[in-house]
Amino acid sequence: MNSNKHELGTERISPSPDVNTSVANKPAIESKTPLDVQSIVKRATELNDFGHLLEHVPYAKFIGMRVERFGDELIFKLPAKDDNIGNPVLPAIHGGVIAGFMEMSAIVQLMVFMQTAKVPKVVDFSIDYLRAGLHKDSFAECRITRQGRRVANVNIDCWQTNRKQLIATARAHFLID
Amino acid sequence: MKLNPEFFPLTQMAQRFVDQLAQCRRLGLKVLEASEHHVLIELPYSTELIGYPDTGVIHGGVITTLMDTACGSAVVSAIYQKYQSLEISPTLDLRVDYMKPAQPHKPVYGFAECYKLSSNIAFTRAIAYQDSIDDPIAHAVGSFMRISPEMVGDAFRQALMGEAVPAQGESDELK
Repeated sequence: MNSNKHELGTERISPSPDVNTSVANKPAIESKTPLDVQSIVKRATELNDFGHLLEHVPYAKFIGMRVERFGDELIFKLPAKDDNIGNPVLPAIHGGVIAGFMEMSAIVQLMVFMQTAKVPKVVDFSIDYLRAGLHKDSFAECRITRQGRRVANVNIDCWQTNRKQLIATARAHFLID
Repeated sequence: MKLNPEFFPLTQMAQRFVDQLAQCRRLGLKVLEASEHHVLIELPYSTELIGYPDTGVIHGGVITTLMDTACGSAVVSAIYQKYQSLEISPTLDLRVDYMKPAQPHKPVYGFAECYKLSSNIAFTRAIAYQDSIDDPIAHAVGSFMRISPEMVGDAFRQALMGEAVPAQGESDELK
């Protein structure tokens, strides 16, 4: 698989020692200078805390998503949250929130494993809902199917209690230059 | 934007539907128009929704939520007009193509239509735009499963018909 070629925290990151701290202290909202994605990823790898990446994205906080590293794998978690409910009858998580969670997971996966220079931009996102996403913790994992020079294709699976009973599966293209 | 609830009689019902969804209340989604053919929903800008911190552009997931909600409301409206019944249809699949980023500090409008209602499936499409619908930021296609009206539940039905006591964050005309 493509992602196996790229170990976590390789040395392809440009050496800029003072950038790390300055970026970390910068307010996440509307800083004029572009986010130094590579040093943020490097720092997250050093700290072994990939939640550090999500702190820079207000939307990740808005839905309350987290990320955990298991060896060379990233598992994303969306803890149950009242504000994320769509269908109040079941109740079930809003389909759009599940999609947003999976899309953000794919973005982080690309930033960590492909060392993209910028935050990848979504081109298209196609999701199939297989079961109702009930009001409990959800998990996602991503597989980078192919990465070209400008575009990457990512598959994302999302489940709740049983990894084999997916609640949704999605595929997406991202611009990564 | 000019509002004419008289001209689009399902607007209030669609707003009550959207208000039943906690995530949509949180996003502040506002139904501007709803008929058996279409639904138009406004998503206000908020810094909480930023997905690209260096530009302030909102996350694609928010657009997906807007599209899913707009398409779902279009299905509810179409079914209500055609069968005088309320159904809540789960999304089967949704595909969103992103043409360009949404400009920060401006609302995004989601225009959805239910272009085919078959006995089991409702087919929808939607466009998200800011300044003009001819200059879209995203395009979506989604299909929804139809389930029997009995699955809706009395509380939900009453809330949609505006019969229930305004609970939770439900907005009514007085606000």
